[in-house]
Order: sequence, then C-alpha cells, then structure tokens
Amino acid sequence: MALPKYTETRYRIWHYFYIAICTFVFIFLIAPLFVIFPLSFNAEEFLVFSEGMKNLDPDAFSLRWYKDMVYGTKNPWGLAAKNSFIIAIFATLGSVILGTVAALGLSSRHMPFKGIIMATLISPMIVPLIISGVAIFFFMAKAGLAATHTGIVLAHIILGTPFVVITVTATLSGFDHSVTRAAASLGSNPVNTFMKVTLPLILPGVISGGLFAFVTSFDEVVVVLFLAGLENTTIPIQMWTGLREQLSPTILAVATCLIVLSTLILISAELLRRRSERLRGINR
Amino acid sequence: MSSETKQILTTDGIPLEISLKKAERKNKIKAFLLVAPLLLFLIITYIFPIGEMFTRSIDDKMITNMLPKTFKSMETWDGKELPSEEVFASFLSDFKVLVDKKEHGKLAQRLNKEKNGFNTITKKLFRQVKRNKIDETRSIKEQIMKVHKRWRNVEYWQAIKRTAPPYTSAKYLKAMDMYLNEDNKITQVSEDRRIHRILWLRTVEVAFFVTVFCFLMGYPIAHLLATLPMKYSNLLMICVLLPFWTSLLVRTASWMILLQQQGVVNDFFVLIGLVSDDNRPEMMYNKVGTYVAMTQILLPFMVLPLYSVMKTISPSLMRAGKSLGGTPFVAFWKVYFPLTIPGIGAGCLLVFILAIGYYITPALVGGASGTLISNQIAYHMKTTLDWSFASAMGLMLLGGVLVIYWLYNKLVGVDNIKLG
Repeated sequence: MALPKYTETRYRIWHYFYIAICTFVFIFLIAPLFVIFPLSFNAEEFLVFSEGMKNLDPDAFSLRWYKDMVYGTKNPWGLAAKNSFIIAIFATLGSVILGTVAALGLSSRHMPFKGIIMATLISPMIVPLIISGVAIFFFMAKAGLAATHTGIVLAHIILGTPFVVITVTATLSGFDHSVTRAAASLGSNPVNTFMKVTLPLILPGVISGGLFAFVTSFDEVVVVLFLAGLENTTIPIQMWTGLREQLSPTILAVATCLIVLSTLILISAELLRRRSERLRGINR
Repeated sequence: MSSETKQILTTDGIPLEISLKKAERKNKIKAFLLVAPLLLFLIITYIFPIGEMFTRSIDDKMITNMLPKTFKSMETWDGKELPSEEVFASFLSDFKVLVDKKEHGKLAQRLNKEKNGFNTITKKLFRQVKRNKIDETRSIKEQIMKVHKRWRNVEYWQAIKRTAPPYTSAKYLKAMDMYLNEDNKITQVSEDRRIHRILWLRTVEVAFFVTVFCFLMGYPIAHLLATLPMKYSNLLMICVLLPFWTSLLVRTASWMILLQQQGVVNDFFVLIGLVSDDNRPEMMYNKVGTYVAMTQILLPFMVLPLYSVMKTISPSLMRAGKSLGGTPFVAFWKVYFPLTIPGIGAGCLLVFILAIGYYITPALVGGASGTLISNQIAYHMKTTLDWSFASAMGLMLLGGVLVIYWLYNKLVGVDNIKLG
C-alpha cells in the first residue's frame, strides 16, 4: 500500500501524459487534411503560407486555382473526373450485385467448402495491390481489354467485391431467416422474397459495402496505372502525375473537392452504420 | 432384416432419410449457385492470372524452341570437351532457320544473358551464313570454329547447353542478387551490383517500423475512444474516419506540403526555436518522410480493429482487477492488455500487409530511399518490360504475405478483421 497522496500525483501525471499523447495523435491524424484548405485559396503560385495569408489579408486569397481546375487551358481534370465517376459507378454496381448474391450463398448454412471459398472471395483485399495489378494486367492484356473503360471497371469490381462480401455477410449474420420462410409459406417466390423482404432488411449493409467499393474504385491508382491509356485517365492518375512532376496549387483545389466528397461519404457511412445497428438490435 | 428397423416414409412413399438428403443436396446446390458467378469471375480474371505469373516467371521456352535439334544432339554430349560434329551441324541448321525467320538477334540476346560475348560471335556467324560461306559438304565443326575463336571455346558451348531446360529459376535468383554460374552452382553477384536484397530489407524494415509506430500511436487513442462517453467519442472518431475515407493521394499531397523545407512543420520548429531559420532540416525525400506519411495513412487501419475489440471489454474487469489489490498499471497489464491481443493482432496484420505492398506514398515522399520492392516491380512492368522478372518478384512478395497471414492465423485466428 503506497501513500495515497504519492500515488495520486503519479497517476495524475500519467493521466495528463496520456491525454497529451492522445491529443497529439488526433492532431497528427486530422491536421494534414486542414492544411490543404487554406492553401488551395492561395493567390500566389507557391505552396507555402504567404505573409499576406498569415495576416489574413483578403487580397492574399483567391479562387484562382478553382477557376484553373474548371476552365484551365490544357485542363485534364474534366475528363479525369468524368472517367473516375463513370468507372466508379459501374464498378460499384458490379461489385454490389456480385458481392451481395455471393454473400447470400455464403451465409446459407448449407454452403459447402465455406472456408476456402470465403478466402478466395476476399483474397483481392489481402494480396498486395501491386501483385493484383500485375495479375489483372496480364488478364486484361490477353483479353484485349487493356486501356479500355471496361477493363478498368472489371479490375475495380475485383478489388471492390471483398468489401461488399464482408459487410453483407456481417449484416446477414444477424438476419432472422424465419422471415424469409414466412414469406415463402405465404406463397412468395424466392426472387420476390429477396426483393421485398431480405433486401430492405440488409440494405444498410449493402449500401455501406457499396460505399467501400465506390471509394476503392474512386481512389485506386496502382492497378489503373497499369491499365489506363491516355483516354482512360482518372483523378488519381492525374494527381499522381501532378505530384510527381510539380505540385501545383490546382492539385490542392482538386484535393479540397475530394476531401469534401469524402466527408459526405463519411457522413452517409456513419448514418448507415447506425441504422444497421438499430435494425439488428430490433431483430434480436 | 428390414423388419428390425422400420423405415420412416414420407407421404409420397419415399424413405425420409433419402428425401432429407435430396433436400439437403438441393440446398447445397442452391447456395453454391449463388456464390458461383463471383467465384467464377474471380477465378478467371484474378486467381488464374496469378497462376500465370508463376508460369511466366519460370518460363524459358523461347530458346528451347529456337534450338530444338541442337539440344537434341547435345543430350549425349558430356559437356567436358568440345561437342561433336553432329552438334555443330544441328546448331547450324537451327541457326539457318532462325536467320530465315530473322530471329537470330533474339537468340544472341538470350545467349548473351547467359554468357557475355555471344553477341559478337553470333553476328559473325550470321554474316558467314548470309553470304553462304559455309560449305555443308565439308566439316561444319571446322568451319564454325574458324568464324571466331570463341566458337572454339568449350565454355560457350556449355553455356548453350545450360539454356536447354524449358524452365529456369534465374529470375528468382536474380531477385535475390544471385545467379547460376558455369558449374550450376548458386553464386552471388558482385557486391556493387547487389541492389535487390537492399530493397527487400528496406521494404520489410519500413513495413515493420510503420507497424510499430501505428501500434504505439493507435493503442492510446483506441483506448480513449473506447472508454470515453459516446457523445465525445463519436466526435473524436471523425478524426480517425475522415482520413480513412479520404483519398490516399490527397493525404500524400498534404504531407508533401507540410514536410517541405518552407513547410508548416519546419515553420513550427523554427518558431519554437528547435532549429534556426537558415538551417531547416530536410524532412521529405528521405526515410523520415516515408515513415511519417505512411504512419498517418495507415493509422486508421490500426485504430479501427483495436477500437472494435476494446469496445467489448467491460470496464468492470479493470475495476475488479484494482479492487483485488492490483495497481492501475498491474490491472491494465494483467487484465486489460491480454484481452486486446486479438485487436492488436488484426491491426498489426492489416497495417503490415498494407505497408509491405506500398508504393505510391514512398515513391512520392521517399526520394531515392523511398524505392521499395513494389516500385521495382512497377518499374520492370512499365519501363524495362521484363514481365517475367516482375512476376517473380511479385510472387516472392505474395509468398511472404501468405506466410505472415498463416502465422497470424495460427497465433490469433483470422475472424477478427472488422471494417469500421
């Protein structure tokens, strides 16, 4: 039994130290994102805070780089954004459909060879991206799909399905199968049962898996670098080339837009997660 | 016999056992059919190509198909002295076919890889063949040997014989900075040319330290998030989730801005007087940059599994530990920490596996020291087009990842990976 006063001080110091560490880590995590905002409104061409910006002089700020992003002369961002969205949307649709159907089969207790099949289905998530990139490139080159939108969409379906499979199987683990039997006993056919009963119940899981797949596709650069030709350029590819050649403030304007987008995705993912938890809570 | 165990029949007269089995089989097929589209898709577009990487990495059929007669006649040659007239004759006839197909250059290139000096002597032989200088009625061996003195050297014929098998381990050895020498022994390349081993070591080193840093930074905040009341922790969770959902390239870009010499971090160091203004340290294009940026980028992958495990640990356990006489430290170490091990395992596995295949961030902020094995694979895929070498390195990396995965499965069990 140590002296209470002595121990108290020691633990108090320890507690403050712990809080200090946590504060530091949180700043470390989030601060880099905030540095981009002000600099993207920089009126000058350099990527440092100018004297004017430090004094909050309104002349030091401008929308110059946003204008450049949208109206710039040799502007690659328009095409890149269009490609990125098209590819991500189709890849998400593909991943969601294939992944959800597979998850339905996987969570059936009759499923044979469950372990090895599950391992195969989520393998694109475990294998380092560079290896996936090489393998997928070999396939696409042989199938004549390199440098096509179709090829990139298929590649992103490969990378996106594991997320859908995982989130939907997790949602289905708390699923009460008696409701589908009830539907069947009331004369509903399996497709109808799925659309009217199962899907609405597992929808939060499906959508959050879809969000993962969307972000994976939208942010993917390693595989696309192997597959894309000039016409298939995407936002990540443009950012990659931009960052390698010279860091221009236009990239920061694009980055700011991407942060806004990811904030929106974060909010929807959080809302979905809570809804899904609530639904599962009711089921139990 | 059947009178002893009376069979139970269903209403349509089929034994229940058979009927149940039938239904069971139907369910199995139904479940499998649901999985089949995705499984088939992945096998064709993904699993199969990975297998193809393997055949590509050991493939050496090109030369086997180029010199079929030569290798056939070489089968009886002991490889100690110069081969017989027959080998020379079949080599010439193979070579003539190649000249007709204009493929002799490829042969020279491939043989030159095996032994330096083949380029010159193949060219010389080509000129003789082109001008029809070789008289097939006389001894071909004598005539070829006259083309260049190296054709009289038995070592060159041994080199040709070594290329005979349709498979080779050369690419794998090359990735370890080794090669097969004249006596078929594994030898190391000279010291100044050992580049790959450094890359492997650096890749493992970076992945290891990034995992350690992520653990050291992730554990406290995961603990804080799991123990704080909901309304505060939800707010703080945004700090973890927002980077998680933000583009990797955006985060890398922000680190490039922060860490540059005139950047915010250096400004801050100057402000608090840690360094003088004209002596700002270089924090980017070296290992510091790689570690800092990769740790921040991979930290959410450590925090999320840790958090989901810590959330399930009841606070009363710590209270019980303390009430039984343990100091808070002892209670933490003996009660809380062991319970978080599945989370630690999942987090470390995720971070390590992601870090070991990393390529974008080190390439942008790491400078010359940021070249990892993945960059090398990409380089050979895109620039040198030595796809078989890239495949070999990729498969070695994959092998490493699978070993780690297997070890993890043995130690902790895989079903602890959770997403958000």
